Amino acid sequence: MAPLLQLSGVSKRYGGVQANAGIDLRVDAGTIHAILGENGAGKSTLMKLIYGVERPDEGQVFWQGQAVALSSPSDARRLGIGMVFQHFSLFETLSVVQNMALIVPGSKAELATRIRDLGAAFGLSVDPQAMVHSLSVGERQRVEIIRCLLLNPKLLILDEPTSVLPPQSVALLFDTLRALRAKGMAILFISHKLEEIRELCDCATILRQGRVTARLDPRQGTAHDLATLMIGRPMPPPVHPTPHGLGEERLALTALSFANEDPFGVSLKDVSLSVRGGEILGIAGISGNGQQELAALISGEIALKSSASSVTLMSHPVGDLGAAARRKRGLAFVPEDRLGRGAVPDMSLADNALLTAHSRGLVQNGFINRKAERAFTAECITRFDVRTAGPQAEAGSLSGGNLQKFIMGREMMLNPSVLLVAQPTWGVDIGAASEIRQRLVAMRNAGAAIVVISEEIDELFEICDRLQVLHKGHLSPSLDVAATSVEQIGTYMIGAAA
Amino acid sequence: MTILAFILAGTLAAATPLLLAALGELITERAGVLNLGIEGMMALGAAVGFVVTYNTHAPVLGFAAAALAGLALSLVFAMLALGFMANQVAAGLAIGVLGLGLSSLIGKPLESQTLDAPAKLAIPLLADLPVIGALFEQDLVVFLTLALAVVIWAVLNHSKLGLIIRAVGENPSAARALGFRVLRIRLAAVAFGGAMAGMAGAYASTIYTPLWADGMIAGRGWIAVALVVFGTWAAGRIVFGALLFGALSLGGLIAQAAGVALPSQLLASLPYGVTILMLAVISSNRRRMRLNTVASLGQPFAG
Repeated sequence: MAPLLQLSGVSKRYGGVQANAGIDLRVDAGTIHAILGENGAGKSTLMKLIYGVERPDEGQVFWQGQAVALSSPSDARRLGIGMVFQHFSLFETLSVVQNMALIVPGSKAELATRIRDLGAAFGLSVDPQAMVHSLSVGERQRVEIIRCLLLNPKLLILDEPTSVLPPQSVALLFDTLRALRAKGMAILFISHKLEEIRELCDCATILRQGRVTARLDPRQGTAHDLATLMIGRPMPPPVHPTPHGLGEERLALTALSFANEDPFGVSLKDVSLSVRGGEILGIAGISGNGQQELAALISGEIALKSSASSVTLMSHPVGDLGAAARRKRGLAFVPEDRLGRGAVPDMSLADNALLTAHSRGLVQNGFINRKAERAFTAECITRFDVRTAGPQAEAGSLSGGNLQKFIMGREMMLNPSVLLVAQPTWGVDIGAASEIRQRLVAMRNAGAAIVVISEEIDELFEICDRLQVLHKGHLSPSLDVAATSVEQIGTYMIGAAA
Repeated sequence: MTILAFILAGTLAAATPLLLAALGELITERAGVLNLGIEGMMALGAAVGFVVTYNTHAPVLGFAAAALAGLALSLVFAMLALGFMANQVAAGLAIGVLGLGLSSLIGKPLESQTLDAPAKLAIPLLADLPVIGALFEQDLVVFLTLALAVVIWAVLNHSKLGLIIRAVGENPSAARALGFRVLRIRLAAVAFGGAMAGMAGAYASTIYTPLWADGMIAGRGWIAVALVVFGTWAAGRIVFGALLFGALSLGGLIAQAAGVALPSQLLASLPYGVTILMLAVISSNRRRMRLNTVASLGQPFAG
């Protein structure tokens, strides 16, 4: 029998970057097929080719044995291909059923009934009349999956579906996917999480730098083997911090509440935390539960005029001060979006260094000291192993991992008393992520107080001393990493802990 | 006729050119394109509509020609803003200035000429009511425009076409990923807005004040753009804003006639100021703005 989907020698090039080169792939009905690779390995490009968002430069796509040329996603949907995007393609100002009606024929009443039926059959419950902006990330994912299922696809593509889910919901999603497989559907499951793939998938295709490096049964072999195939060398070892003496309290939030005027944002309620010198506090939780608001309140991007004492730096009330004033008192901040807030993409690395390091002798009498600026930037590039053409390279030209190393380096070279880092390894390759984690632990050992906001539970367990979990604007009590478990953190992440 | 009856009778007609232009711009902006050339498109439509009606004595032809003129000018804007991905604000302003110039050029030979005002239609029974009966005795275009407002509201909120337009305006990348042709939909929305602006101009020059004077649109295109934004992209609030403007502009005339001791310039500027103030109050509700604002408005989209 012909395979459901077959790719032969498919290539795609964007400008000078070969995103996919000579890819062969075979997907059979009734299987869950993993596409495994690092950030930038070409997974997303490959899926866009299969779903008709982009067209291949070379190579041929076969569907049930027939050669097909997909020129748009509607072509793909007609064949029976559905896709759940990593960054959801939902419209926030429309209701669930309106989002469905965009591509699924039928009246709204019919659709609402079918949504409820599918929800009951596959454990995907969601209110058809709810507005999408009021849904949690997990619920939005269910909406996307249901929207695909309404079209009765033969092949379902899921792009990094678990990155937005707490551990308990991942198990539910896997049950749903297994039920779909049992009905004969083929599933392409894109991920960089090895244990998940070993648990769920029947076969795996591993990509590295746009090429297929292996095809195998992920249930054979260990996660370590998969990782080696994925990154081309052995996994870097984890860097657990060792216990040592703590300094005095550097940063504290005391019963901080913040009412967000933005209906799409999150309000924080009665948030308290305290960080001392020489420790890393991790803030766990799924994005969209108040992480951005918490980071802005600590960094000073949001200042609270009325309650200065709710935020203290080195025991001084700073809640009413802006970001610049807090930086002067020894706070440094690495925001979650590198391009746009962490760095200006069109400016050189040297000018980007100036943005926060201007107080380090780079500006004299109101004029930029270009020599000092270059020296500072060059030192940052060497010390933090940033791969770039030099201080004059545009920030936007660096890969995600290298730019993140540069921004982390710039902030660390300021020798801050308190460092706040949001999502330090989002979209960063495994090698750079490991280096960034090592740097954070080294800074902690040197006595700095560090707060890390991250979605990656494994990362938090690797580097943090204590964890607190953010859920719907509430912050959990502090949990000692040595005395807690992933399951316990997961319970707080879905708000199920008492 | 009492003052109240006079205002009721005239409000709808005064609001109609604003409403026609604003409803067109509503569709354009809902699809994510900011067309600031409405004033110029209205002016061009006014001149073309007047010249054609003057020469053919057929108001329908005048309206059709004005719609085509507005549409043609909007296509030039679309070529810049969608085709070449030019800055929409700059492209809109430039096209607007072009429209004003063309309007003066085309209308020049007929300066100060007049047309016969078309007959008014009275709705039986309703038009005989005391005082408010005047509301129901209007020219045909007024009734059609109000009907169109209802149709546009229904399309935007209750039809698949409306969902697609809103989806393209909110998140063009996601709309493209679902397989919608973003640029084609935006082009159609711009063309619709241009044709509506052209007809709005024709209404102003051939029906509302059937006399050609250069510069007669007098900023009403800008009020239409403001109505859309401050009306938070909702058809109902845009109708409200247009009616408010219409009523105030008549109120100003009455006050002048009654000899109110205020400078006439101040009274003439009253409808502009009060309308914008009222709508600014409506749109100061942050929640309403956030939920209704077209997320991709004014941003060029490639592909």
